Formats: sequence, structure tokens, C-alpha cells
Amino acid sequence: MAVKPRIKLDKKEAKKGDIVEVKTLVSHVMESGQRRDNAGNIVPRKILNKFTCTVNGKQVFAADFEPAISANPYIQFKFRAEESGPVVLTWTDDDGSKIVGEESIKVG
Amino acid sequence: MTPKFNRRQIVAKGALALGAAAMGAAALGLSTGPALAKNDSDEVIQKFTGGKKPAEGRVKLDLPEIAENGNTVPMTVTVDSPMTAQSHVTDVLIVADGNPRSGVTTFHFSPESGVAEANTRIRLASSQNVMAVAKMNDGSFFMASKQVKVTIGGCGG
Repeated sequence: MAVKPRIKLDKKEAKKGDIVEVKTLVSHVMESGQRRDNAGNIVPRKILNKFTCTVNGKQVFAADFEPAISANPYIQFKFRAEESGPVVLTWTDDDGSKIVGEESIKVG
Repeated sequence: MTPKFNRRQIVAKGALALGAAAMGAAALGLSTGPALAKNDSDEVIQKFTGGKKPAEGRVKLDLPEIAENGNTVPMTVTVDSPMTAQSHVTDVLIVADGNPRSGVTTFHFSPESGVAEANTRIRLASSQNVMAVAKMNDGSFFMASKQVKVTIGGCGG
């Protein structure tokens, strides 16, 4: 998918045990399934329903989204830096497709 | 003779239109007041807690008092917890009692989260209460709620 999520870590290098803040924004309509188009038909629901973040393959944070999450979902959370490795963020669409973004953290 | 409104007629019509607009606004004002018709938020919380009654406290829910645009309302939830393997928050359920569907989101934390804090932007259809219920790893539940006044609803039609 062409969608590229924007990811920002408040620090790229951390000491062991430091708290790292992740801010991320992804472009998506998050169609709620409640709206009607001009012809009066309900616009079918299409949202990202799941978000996970793994650091070095270990899940540190996850969220289940409902249609009440705004379009272009923004999410901010924190994790404790334990070891260097990739920070992988994954969003799962209603249609099963995935949006994946990756950053890395260096723990010294 | 072409039908033309005289000044009197125009004034009269104007007054009528104004009256109608005022009534419309009054009706709208009523409908945007605190949500009376509740959705299934209580049942959703019951299901999440397995019937237990969550205690007040430890959870902090940050939302604006007045949201100008219900389409995107910033929300921060923080749970007071050491976040160690022995004692941590596992899940936080967010529900809104005035939306067409009560569920907003569920955050899943782990000891690796370090801090049980998350921020996102939510949709609110009208002025209503937003509730956060946190589940601890020992099986206890804590909750917080906050009333938000919404000027423009966010489930737009």
C-alpha cells in the first residue's frame, strides 16, 4: 500500500530503562459506516481496526479501534527502552490489508 | 399587475422566518444538551469487567471541557501504575455513551510499555460522557469519566 505513516520517536538513542515516546499519524478515511452519501445509501464502514507496536519483536502497545476514532488516526504512547532494535508499527484495515511503518531505537 | 410584495408583507414574512429559525435553534439546542438516550455503554463496560464494579480513581482521562469539533477530539488517558511485571495495567477500554456505537477504543499495555499513557483523537456525535475503564493484571478495575460538550457533532451525515 502506498500509505506511508508518519512516525516520530522523541529520542533515537536511549539509556536502558528510559521511557521513549512515540507519536504517529497515518492517512486513512476511517469511514464510520454511519454516514450516508448524496443518494441516501450508507457509506460502508472502512476503518483501521487494529494497531500494534513491537520493539525487537516484543509487543509493547496495541489498540483496537472502533469507528469513533477520527480520520487520519493519530496515536501517541510510550515504551520502556530495554534493548536496541526495530520499532515496528502495524495498522490492520477492515479489508485485511496492513500498513506498516518502521523506526529503530538504539539503547546504549 | 405583477405580484409584488410591499414593505409590510416583507416585514411580516421576515418576522415569521426569524421565528421559525429561533424555534429550530431551540430544538437543536435541546438535542445537543447532555445526551439523554444512552447507548449500550453500560453493557459494554459490564462485559469488559465481567460484571465487577470498577472503583473510582487511578485513571486520569483528559478531554477538553468543550470540543468545538466533534470529528476530532484529543483524548489522553493515563493510569497510575508502576508498570512492572508484578503490577501493571493490561487493558484500558474507552466508551462514549452518546455515540451511535458506544465503543471508542481499547488500549492494550504490557510491562514493556513503561508508562500506561496513550493519546489519540476521537469522534463524538454530541455532548456526552466519555468513560475509561482500566483493567489491572491482578483483575481489579478502575475507572474515570468526563463530560464533554460538543459544539459540532462528529458522525456527520
